[in-house]
Amino acid sequence: MIDFEFEPPVAGQLKMYHAVAKQMMRPISREYDEREHEKPWQFYEAMWAAGQTLGPGTEPAKSSDAAKAATGTAKLRNLYTCLSTEELCWGDAGLFLSIPNPGLGGAAVAAAGTPEQKERFLKRFREGKPKWGAMAITEPGCGSDSAAVTTTATRDGDHWVINGTKIFCTAGQMSAEQSEGFVVVWATVDRSAGRAGIKPFVVEHHTPGMTVARVEHKLGIRASDTAMLIFDNCRVPADCLLGSAEVKPTGGFKDVMATFDATRPIVAAMAIGVGRAALDFVRDFLRDHQVPIRYGLSPRRLTAVERDFMEMEVQLKAARLLTWRAAWMLDVGLRNSLEASMAKAKAGKAVTLITQKAVEILGPLGYSRKLLVEKWMRDAKINDIFEGTQQINLMIIARRIFDYSSKELN
Amino acid sequence: MVSFDLSEEQTMIRDTVAAFARDEVRPAARMADESGAIPPALIAKSWDLGLVRGAIPEQFGGYGDTRSAVTGAIVAEELAFGDLSIAIHMLAPRLAAYPLIEFGSDEQRARLLAGFARDEFAAGSAALMEPRFDFDVADLATRAARAGTGYVLNGAKCYVPLGAESEWILVYAACGSEAGGAAGFIVPRAAPGLVVAARERNMGLKGLATYEVTLENCKLGAEARIGGDGGLNFTRIVGQTRVAAAAMATGVARAAYEYARAYAKERKAFGVPIATKQAIAFMLAEMAIEVDAMRLLTWEAAARLDRGEDALKEGYQARNYAAQAALVVTDNAVQTLGGHGYIREHPVELFLRNARGFAVLEGLATV
Repeated sequence: MIDFEFEPPVAGQLKMYHAVAKQMMRPISREYDEREHEKPWQFYEAMWAAGQTLGPGTEPAKSSDAAKAATGTAKLRNLYTCLSTEELCWGDAGLFLSIPNPGLGGAAVAAAGTPEQKERFLKRFREGKPKWGAMAITEPGCGSDSAAVTTTATRDGDHWVINGTKIFCTAGQMSAEQSEGFVVVWATVDRSAGRAGIKPFVVEHHTPGMTVARVEHKLGIRASDTAMLIFDNCRVPADCLLGSAEVKPTGGFKDVMATFDATRPIVAAMAIGVGRAALDFVRDFLRDHQVPIRYGLSPRRLTAVERDFMEMEVQLKAARLLTWRAAWMLDVGLRNSLEASMAKAKAGKAVTLITQKAVEILGPLGYSRKLLVEKWMRDAKINDIFEGTQQINLMIIARRIFDYSSKELN
Repeated sequence: MVSFDLSEEQTMIRDTVAAFARDEVRPAARMADESGAIPPALIAKSWDLGLVRGAIPEQFGGYGDTRSAVTGAIVAEELAFGDLSIAIHMLAPRLAAYPLIEFGSDEQRARLLAGFARDEFAAGSAALMEPRFDFDVADLATRAARAGTGYVLNGAKCYVPLGAESEWILVYAACGSEAGGAAGFIVPRAAPGLVVAARERNMGLKGLATYEVTLENCKLGAEARIGGDGGLNFTRIVGQTRVAAAAMATGVARAAYEYARAYAKERKAFGVPIATKQAIAFMLAEMAIEVDAMRLLTWEAAARLDRGEDALKEGYQARNYAAQAALVVTDNAVQTLGGHGYIREHPVELFLRNARGFAVLEGLATV
């Protein structure tokens, strides 16, 4: 039955996430935006200790399954990950992305690894010091067309030798150099085979031949490191290749694309968290300045500010409902590629506009770095770009609704 | 727990109404728009589906189904997918019957509900809108003043669907200085002071008979007020009509989207289907997103109504969003067809004209 209500225990958990966002993230939000590339280690330690492993596409491995079953979160895992993600990104999206966890690298291991590999690579996230996992797929010469990667992996005895340059690797520095983490690198074992030849390799931290060549300076989400990694004759043991080395038309790269079905709703939820931060701020601000928001009136009687605010609010809500649906579908075992892209496209665009409008409504105050509103506008924009740009998601949607292959519509 | 699944019963209802809308309503849409008339046999068929009678309690001859705003929204979307004018006509009796079921006194229910449980279509209507540019449901100009034990109504109404065909009209009016929004009055067609003018001529909804109605010193007894002195929950009623409007806007938008999608795959330009061009493909992708967003906002508001809330804010959000999105989606459908979209051989111009009404009209349907 159609229902949009959560059980009370879930609401309680969300309050806890909200408290983390408010008490641990917001107070350092501006500081780590201004001091880009500085690391809030105290925050990392605290989040690691609290067992926060709810980064994009990760398995919440730390909380006990019994506790999850009791609250129903085991059933709707993807949906609840979206909820907690929204809360934490309400706190700070950059800090959220920098939380030590398996990240997208972990998601790739979970999707494409053997049981032995999963144990070997993911165990570390349940013990010891804070660690990060990352995924390296984008290259200077290929972004959305990720099937065009030029990084190569060549077999040499019991090893694969990786050569190439990867960019836009979220938490790349933390995974490769600042913790005992790993980077999942996508490289081709046979360039003539196209996307079928592209395989994921787990490269352990501090592996000789892997260097962090640069950490990007960005418009927003500055608390999260975005690294350029260079692989120069980087040798990894043969059993670090996730899945099979065999070049065949299915599997491998397709598995990665499948992980997007799970991660796109989470990125949409990130966007929604940032958008809600801006919306909540504007709502409180208007209330404190005796500017009413009147529901139910004929729209012709509303002020421009009321109209703008209501538009922001309903756009956010529409994005959230689409996101919940996409995550819920995955939870109940339905294919959700179309709906995940719908949620991502809607959320990315809606939140870009919402945060821009928030700056506008607040006028000179909105533009000032004294408030966080301008920062949220900068942070929000990434959600319309990473994990598939707006346009890539529209492309995916269009292919699905027309039943076209990537050859027929590109 | 959060779920986007329809119940088994809702799925059955949706499938039945969807098939009816696709196979029977849509083929009649153009003719209804051009001629202004809907075949009575089609209306009779819809009546047999129990769309109105279902929710009438068994003691009054109905089927006593549990009323659900979510189910109502599903029905409204599917019917409007077929044709908006025809959908509003078929569901119009709800405008009179549903507030009676929910807020009427025992005497009123006993007296009037059986009228909607007959075997033939029973026209019913409600008069909410008023003919002025700054009409606002929160500030009705039609007034009901107490006179002795009864009331005197004065004011003008418009877009009263099936006003001339109904035995009585539910008229909403501000009641003295009473708080809690407007009151509803059962006004018989023959009541002195009630004048139903000639049928309105509108940009869209041309298949639907709507009327301007004036009330001049229209005297009514105390029994005419729905719910007696306690009245009705006007906010909730408005919420219900807004959810219905949002659902119908979703149906119209989906009709336009699906038509344009099929056309874009068929129509060739430069030797390839235009759907293979990003300019068209992306437009259709955005239309698909909007149709789903409209529906989800509608369901969310409807679910609140089903929990007993008045859904003032949510109904307002859903309706305003849907009104805007329906216009964009139907306009893009016309654009997808280009010059052909402008020709009345295709239904997209009809969808566009009908969609334009959502931002302007209130209270034409309920759930």
